Amino acid sequence: MTGEQFVFLAVSGLTIVAGILVVTLRNLFHAALAMMLSFLGVAGIYITLGAGFLAAAQLLIYIGAISILIIFAIMLTRRMMQAQDTPFNSQAGAGLLTAVLSFILLVFVITRLWRNEIFDSPPEVPTAIMNQIVVQLGADFVSPDAYVIPFIVASMLLLAALIGAVYVAWPQVEDEA
Amino acid sequence: MQIDPIELLVRALDLTILAYLREQFAEQPTALLIVNIVIVLTLATVPLLMVFVVGWTERKVLARMQDRIGPNRVGGRYGVLQMVADVVKMMTKEVIIPAGADRWAYLSAPVLAVMTSVLLFAVLPLAPAVIGVDLNVAVFYVLAISSVSVVAILLAGWGSNNKYALLGAFRSVAQLVSYEVPMILSILVPILLARSMSTIGLVEAQNIPFIVFVPVAALIFFVSSLAETGRSPFDLLEAESEIVAGFHTEYTGMYFGLFMAGEYIAIMFMCALFSTAFLGGYRFFGLEELTTTIMGYPFFVGNLIGAAALFIKSAIIFFVFMWLRGTLPRFRIDQLLNFNWKFMVPLSLVLLFTVAVLDKLIFVWFPDISDGGRALIHLASNFLIAAATIEILRRRIQRQRRALEPAVVAEATPDLEHAHAH
Amino acid sequence: MIPLSWYLIVAALLFCIGGYGVFARRNAVAILMGVELMLNAVNINLVAFWRYSVLLNPNPNMPFFTITSGWAWAIFVLTVAAAEAAVGLALIISVYRRRNSVIAEELDLLKN
Repeated sequence: MTGEQFVFLAVSGLTIVAGILVVTLRNLFHAALAMMLSFLGVAGIYITLGAGFLAAAQLLIYIGAISILIIFAIMLTRRMMQAQDTPFNSQAGAGLLTAVLSFILLVFVITRLWRNEIFDSPPEVPTAIMNQIVVQLGADFVSPDAYVIPFIVASMLLLAALIGAVYVAWPQVEDEA
Repeated sequence: MQIDPIELLVRALDLTILAYLREQFAEQPTALLIVNIVIVLTLATVPLLMVFVVGWTERKVLARMQDRIGPNRVGGRYGVLQMVADVVKMMTKEVIIPAGADRWAYLSAPVLAVMTSVLLFAVLPLAPAVIGVDLNVAVFYVLAISSVSVVAILLAGWGSNNKYALLGAFRSVAQLVSYEVPMILSILVPILLARSMSTIGLVEAQNIPFIVFVPVAALIFFVSSLAETGRSPFDLLEAESEIVAGFHTEYTGMYFGLFMAGEYIAIMFMCALFSTAFLGGYRFFGLEELTTTIMGYPFFVGNLIGAAALFIKSAIIFFVFMWLRGTLPRFRIDQLLNFNWKFMVPLSLVLLFTVAVLDKLIFVWFPDISDGGRALIHLASNFLIAAATIEILRRRIQRQRRALEPAVVAEATPDLEHAHAH
Repeated sequence: MIPLSWYLIVAALLFCIGGYGVFARRNAVAILMGVELMLNAVNINLVAFWRYSVLLNPNPNMPFFTITSGWAWAIFVLTVAAAEAAVGLALIISVYRRRNSVIAEELDLLKN
């Protein structure tokens, strides 16, 4: 086993084990912490893929923002957390079956049906190209030949989400009566 | 691999030892790994040791500002070993885990707090070749790592099973998450001017320090870095009179010490980042490029000058930090959040937009403008923005005062009439 | 050397774990966490495909594929995830205020 493979197995093991904890832990706060660990593992996977910028973005957005938001929500709705007898609903068994079956199907597709020699090892990419990608990404986001429309749509989505979240969570006087 | 001991010594003296060792062992993966681990450990230990110096300095300077003497027993007249004594005391104290605490969260929080602070130093350049790793997205890395430090506070607040700790954690997170926004927006301004996100790129672009280009951005960054590190007047994180000691109320011994160390390391890094982004970092009138020869080996004496320049610049910023702590009273939490969202964020957005458009226009209109001219144009636009801001604030306050006036007059008049009647 | 299929299998596993969380958890916040895991799995796929096909681009047959495709779409997924978390949590808090519960099964206003 080479060093690369070891690192890959370590970070993906972290991701998977933490992911399993997220969906099984009874204590929601612990589940959210496990989710952070899982996100950290995904950031590690990005680094093994040579996408350091995305790893940093993962830290900033997923761990620094989304996880914090989720933990806040857990704390704000805390009284309900402790009264809960079981974390799973009545369709947990069927859900497990679906998840396992779809995983088997996906693995079958990945390893048997869909296979190509060129994907057996990552291509050697010159460092110059790798260093250029962040710059290129910035240019592509605002280039009409590339992603300017998705970029604008994404920013509209964020603005809509911002306004929508404030509106939905705004305390309404008539409800409290 | 042969290593010449004299060359190693020379490299150690001019601080290029990290790059030198990496170069020497580049061919041997195992040795390179060990060398890298040693480099990482060194880089992580130096800031931790610096905490002793910084902590002592702050106590001495604050004491002088408050007309006290400060530490004066341990280690001679000036109490230089006071922090060592404090650490020994903390180490020997019992670590108490409160009943009902969330053990894992409680114990991992201080470790995470120190970790996120120490990790920042990986991208701090002391000189062109003296840097942990020259990432091309270094500033982004800094923002990512420092956003993780919020997690440590939440862990501590939740894990302590104490309502003051939880309230403190809520406050701190609200403060840190809010002030991250103006910090990111204002650090984007030097990035725009330098056309580079790497810390070395930032420094190399500053033939004239960026504080001359964009003093308003520097001010916004300074204020939000005060808030990000929880320094006075934004020290709501541990407002003793309101919430005991905030999120670390329950911590004792060295676990409390780790929080303090993490805080000081973050402060040191913020000062250094301010120097790097706005004051020209390790640059000092070209002296940072001096080289001489010692025993046949090139000796980059400029590296030492560069490191000293960065240190002095950071020390000046740190002095301002201490000065503010000794001078200003604390904000209330609602004032703090209003100040951020209604003042800092809009101002930094306007500033970022202006600088982006203006810098582009400058290069369209005057393709071969000198740095000085560019600085002047940016400075003028900054003054305009500052003047407009002050004018808007003045009108706003005038309006508020006018709204209050009838009440004030009504209150004051009977008194006067009363006085006249007598 | 790591074949692409390793990454795809890890992503598939993470996707199925997240899916299980969405199917089986009762708490609305936990369901949201499952969705986040699924989005992360998608992102792993995007970045892995980018890494293994970066030199195949730009491809004249597919003008929309550039050397930054994988990154750009991964960042769009991040954006969507952030927006989704913000709105989802606002909804959860709003529901909690009205019904005093965040258990997905008990939110059955439309049932009767």
